[in-house]
Amino acid sequence: MFSAIFGSVEQGIIFAIMALGVYLSFRVLDFPDLTVDGSFVSGAAVAATMILFGYHPAIATAVALIIGFLAGCITGLLHTKGKINPLLSGILMMIALYSVNLRIMGLTSENSIGRPNIPLLNAETLFSKFQAFFAPLGIDNAFNQFFSMLGVRYLPSTWGTVFIMAIIVLLIKFIVDWFLKTEVGLAIRATGDNKKMIRSLSANTDTLVIIGLGFSNALVAFSGALFAQYAKSADIGMGIGMIIIGLASVIIGEAIFGTKTIVRTTFAVIAGAIIYRIVLALALRVDFLDTGDMKLITAVIVISALILPQYFEKRRERARKARRHEERSAERNYSLTKEGTALVEARTDK
Amino acid sequence: MLKLEQINKVFNEATPDEKIALDEINLELTSGDFVTVIGSNGAGKSTMLNMISGALTPDFGKIELAGKDVTKLPEYVRSRMIGRVFQDPMAGTAPSMTIEENLAMAYSRDKKRLLRRGVDKKRRELFRSSLETLHLNLENRLNAKVGMLSGGERQALSLLMATFTQPSILLLDEHTAALDPSRAELITNLTKELVEKDQLTTLMITHNMQQALDLGNRLIMMDKGQIILEVGAEEKKGLTIDKLMSEFQRIRGEKLTSDKALLVV
Repeated sequence: MFSAIFGSVEQGIIFAIMALGVYLSFRVLDFPDLTVDGSFVSGAAVAATMILFGYHPAIATAVALIIGFLAGCITGLLHTKGKINPLLSGILMMIALYSVNLRIMGLTSENSIGRPNIPLLNAETLFSKFQAFFAPLGIDNAFNQFFSMLGVRYLPSTWGTVFIMAIIVLLIKFIVDWFLKTEVGLAIRATGDNKKMIRSLSANTDTLVIIGLGFSNALVAFSGALFAQYAKSADIGMGIGMIIIGLASVIIGEAIFGTKTIVRTTFAVIAGAIIYRIVLALALRVDFLDTGDMKLITAVIVISALILPQYFEKRRERARKARRHEERSAERNYSLTKEGTALVEARTDK
Repeated sequence: MLKLEQINKVFNEATPDEKIALDEINLELTSGDFVTVIGSNGAGKSTMLNMISGALTPDFGKIELAGKDVTKLPEYVRSRMIGRVFQDPMAGTAPSMTIEENLAMAYSRDKKRLLRRGVDKKRRELFRSSLETLHLNLENRLNAKVGMLSGGERQALSLLMATFTQPSILLLDEHTAALDPSRAELITNLTKELVEKDQLTTLMITHNMQQALDLGNRLIMMDKGQIILEVGAEEKKGLTIDKLMSEFQRIRGEKLTSDKALLVV
């Protein structure tokens, strides 16, 4: 149980970066961008390929981020300059990236042009590099002692991954929060909110959409690069349904934590990504469910996150209405009795 | 300040729905002019405004703004010099963003947008003091989302945003038409105040004849894509609604009052 939850927190934090990217396109820009399924794999493919070629994992991850940015920009170009419908631009980019990703990973293979997966079993990754620095600190022991005192039996081999990922995610959250409050960020938000208005305030909405989608997919690819290093492999199929996972995180987070301010919403998205992973892990522990049912479970989670809040809101409103109704009729009765006594008194006075 | 030369625009050309929206429009505004535009539905008033703002491009003709030929400039470049308020109170503001964020976007209209904070301390003070001039208590709700404001409040905010950076020309497209009479009066007075304060060159479309007579120093009447009547500063002072209507009748030979949709008296 504990190890399942621990694993999902680790993965959830990595996917949270992707979810922040989805939040930028879906919510901020109001652009349903399906590029994500492709750009996530691009990030993984670029990072894995470069690591295999011997580059430092940090450089490989940074290049993956740039490639994601470019992919997003192309989707933006298709939509703004090519006047292609947003959904279709994303889908076109997604399938185009499938082939591109095969080619990228194919660079590591001598006898074929494309390659569907790259294992990173013995390669240095960001996580293994960090582990070398983290292990001697003795934090693992301290944490594990604490948890074994609580009676947890299966202890994780290291807390390093959670540590470094938490730092990275928080850093990215602050960057996103800051960016959305800059002059450019305000204009990007307005582009998703009211295009006509921001155009009348001299903003080039085309450029803003392109930059926004670039930024969004940069985060997605970055997340993909980290996930490949975490899972120690990049695979052509790892991006399937990624957009739904991102969307699920956004929706769950927003439903639980609300969207009052940007700072709160980005936090909600991150928390949503982690909660989604935990719910999924718990659901998979049910006897009759199998790993193959994951996508079905995802669909059910998203559907409930969309429907349940409506149901609760309706119930709350009904309760509120009933209470107000009672209060009003109580007031009315009270004023009636008062009138009555006044009348009786008036008569007896006579 | 603004010069329209022989502007032509045809919609749905070579189809049964073909409509000549603007027919050889010539108009010149000198700096500080406040021109009110009246005319029936489909007269081409909004089309003309959209030409000036760059939302539409003319088929033929030339538009000059502040001495520059802007005919081919895209909307977002032109709008550095143009302030606009739309008829729909929802159109001029971003509902999910706060009052101060909306003002910050208006503030950077004539500047390059950079990666620096949209709202800092200094700007917040500036926004607060500008909002005070509206007398709507918005200065104490800087962090309220604009979607929570009433139509009148949003339109007042739009007006402030449009005039914030002293544009070369202010375009008002029936900006009081969607409001109830008392709110409309408030916005009308506010328009007068803001325009007079900065001596803004203004072009205002209205369906309300009284408003067209009360505001501005010049008046034009449009019909079927043409400017059929121009009233200068001197003439306008003695103008009444009755005179305007008989003038229309004389020019077009049609009775104006019979058309309910035409004008609100």
